[in-house]
Amino acid sequence: MASHGIRDRVAIVGMGCTRFAEHFDKSADDLMREATAEAFTGAGVTKDDVDAYWLGTAQSGMSGITLARPLQLEGKPVTRVENYCATGSEALRQAAYAVASGAYDVAMAVGVEKVKDSGYQGLNAFPIPNDGTQRSLTAAAMFSMVAPAYAKRYGVGEDEMRTVLARIASKNHANGARNPKAQFRREMSVEQICGMPAVAGGLSVFDCAGVADGSAAAVVVRAEDAHRYTDKPLLIKALSFVAGNGSGLEDPGYDYTHFPEVATSAADAYAQAGVTDPRAELAMAEVHDCFTPTELVLMEDLGFSARGTAWKEILAGIFDRDGELPVNPDGGLKSFGHPVGASGLRMLYEAWLQLRGEAPEDRRISTFGQRSLALTHNLGGYPGEMVSFVGIVGTP
Amino acid sequence: MRGVVGWGVHLPHRRLDRTQIASVAGGGGGKGTRTVASYDEDSTTMAVAAARAAVRGVDEPVRGLWLATTSPTYVDKSNATAVHAALRLDRSTPAFDAVGSVRSTVGALFAAIAGRCGVLVTASDVRVGRPGGPDEAAGGDAAAAVFLGDGDGAPVLAEVVGVASATEEFLDRWRVPGALGQAGIEADTVDALVVAGLHERACASVAKKSGVAPDRILDRMAGSVGNPGAAQPLLLLAAALEKAQPGQTIVLLVLADGADAVVLRTTEALATYRPQRTVEAQVASGAPVAYGRYLAWRGLLPVEPPRRPEPARPSASAAGRTADWKFGLTTAEGVLADQRGTVTTFTIDKLAYSPSPPVVFAVVDFDDGERLPVELTDVDADEVQIGMRVEMTFRRLFTADGIANYFWKARPLRDNGASGAGGEV
Repeated sequence: MASHGIRDRVAIVGMGCTRFAEHFDKSADDLMREATAEAFTGAGVTKDDVDAYWLGTAQSGMSGITLARPLQLEGKPVTRVENYCATGSEALRQAAYAVASGAYDVAMAVGVEKVKDSGYQGLNAFPIPNDGTQRSLTAAAMFSMVAPAYAKRYGVGEDEMRTVLARIASKNHANGARNPKAQFRREMSVEQICGMPAVAGGLSVFDCAGVADGSAAAVVVRAEDAHRYTDKPLLIKALSFVAGNGSGLEDPGYDYTHFPEVATSAADAYAQAGVTDPRAELAMAEVHDCFTPTELVLMEDLGFSARGTAWKEILAGIFDRDGELPVNPDGGLKSFGHPVGASGLRMLYEAWLQLRGEAPEDRRISTFGQRSLALTHNLGGYPGEMVSFVGIVGTP
Repeated sequence: MRGVVGWGVHLPHRRLDRTQIASVAGGGGGKGTRTVASYDEDSTTMAVAAARAAVRGVDEPVRGLWLATTSPTYVDKSNATAVHAALRLDRSTPAFDAVGSVRSTVGALFAAIAGRCGVLVTASDVRVGRPGGPDEAAGGDAAAAVFLGDGDGAPVLAEVVGVASATEEFLDRWRVPGALGQAGIEADTVDALVVAGLHERACASVAKKSGVAPDRILDRMAGSVGNPGAAQPLLLLAAALEKAQPGQTIVLLVLADGADAVVLRTTEALATYRPQRTVEAQVASGAPVAYGRYLAWRGLLPVEPPRRPEPARPSASAAGRTADWKFGLTTAEGVLADQRGTVTTFTIDKLAYSPSPPVVFAVVDFDDGERLPVELTDVDADEVQIGMRVEMTFRRLFTADGIANYFWKARPLRDNGASGAGGEV
């Protein structure tokens, strides 16, 4: 038994992504048609050239018909997948494996979420019948417990911690402000963010991901076929996934300063890709900054910073767009927005633009031209009970 | 010898200052405070709290359970069964409701006195009146439990010497009956007279005419607790037992649709009995609740809820499969319900749905090493701290489609060391 991965066997040859926003005038169907059209055009294919489809959506539709109907697919296999907030990455994983297996020549992964139609704030899970003893906290409150735990363990003062978290949000707002597809396009200073009222633990709404509608899509083919579709494909180096067993919630040893599922999936991804020093080898990373403390801890779980040091490196600008390792150069969940099923593919879309030199000058990463690997990290669930995806792509 | 082998009382944490009422309701109110059941308490959960206190440390199996209340959660389905489940009683132990009138409590008590083996009588009421009215101001919320046995297991603390009854149909609460004489007892041999009833003037009048000296008549706690209806007879009896010495005579007289009397004689065993948490300590603790919030809790002032979906009702079959967990808070490792723990970390959630936002939520590490992420209750958001000591309490998390969703929460240990066996050592 081993996790072998499919390094360099599958290529991404076309991608699409809608703007993430409160699309009150667009349906999930509209968003999927828009994202897939851009991906089809980029890869120079039609919907009929794609042999199989994977649709990731957490709760905007059920079954493959959710995609087959708006695209009017004829006799195509379409699989709907769901894996919490890592749903979009899960769709990519399945499509890539299907191509790598030889079952299909061309596959498409599509992610979509129509969040704003619910009329409620934030994200809401479907109520699955249960015994009524489940926690009813918001995700914001669950993740808010990370900040004081981290501060206590590593001796970070309360005000200093507030500044670190605001620095993360401010960086992501600065990146999103330069991105026409991002939900929030206004820069926010550290001082402004620190002044916002708390809504969950010490977190304000400016520590939370934007709640948006959107869709993204990717066309994948066997690596040896990639040049039939594009001169600038991206090769999949690693796809790793861990579903936690929830034991962290009941483990008195768990201290809310790290996410074991993330560290495990990262180690597996690095092994698949042959990466030994991610901070030096990666050109950029898109990480799941659902809340600002999450991005802080991820810098350590993904091996970018030593334990207990990420907060200092964030303040030093290491992960800024012009820093040593740009993180969330597209604005991240914070600023680009988080339509659940689409987010994993949106992260990949930024890697697609940046590594291939298609990101505009004013938000190009500092490492462009020097490094050729990008990491996407996508998680779902809560501290102690989460799923985690880590993917690595690179130019040939 | 049949008599009381244990007792327990639950007074809710919150207190309404009656002087707050008139400025909002336009009248009513008065002096002093009344107890207020939290938004997540009802007659069933309060009965559980009193019952747990009554049986803890008492070496006597519960062979029968009664729940008396005028404010039942359900009127068709039994409520005593939820108390039964939360106490983790044996399946063969019957549990019955005595529902609908204040006098139901005496009925359950008489049945227990006439019964055999250990029978636990719980009485619990949430007293609600219209804003500004006398029932609102004079009422109180409380539960009390009295555990009766034969002395085969736990020693009898107060023997039942006799009972008497007079029944009269009268379309109000306050007709003064003349029934004390039936108990066959001379006034000057009574060490403590407890008079319970909904009409304070009638109670005072009966007490005055009883011939028992005024300093031997038990205070009804109108100024601090209020009148908790069906729970009042057992609450006052518990208070009398806590003050009593061995070898004394206590008379409980209940005025409701006639009159009922129970005469008890305390035993030597009383000297060594320590109640879980005394009435006195519970009266002395507690924290205020604003009148507006009180009205919201009772559904009398609908306030804007968080803009989140309301929770779905629990599945009956799923709850049935996990009853040991849901009602008994028992894991494979042990019973968490009876343990204490420490807050390891916590958060305040102003976004989540709650019948009374914000949600105060903590990760609790129990003394036996288990961990539970759980909601806190009976606490103000700004008083929670890492390291705070907590105990578990059975609560109604929410109500959906008319179904009460019961589970456990943690609450701060309050009267540390102030109440005998209830305090920390």
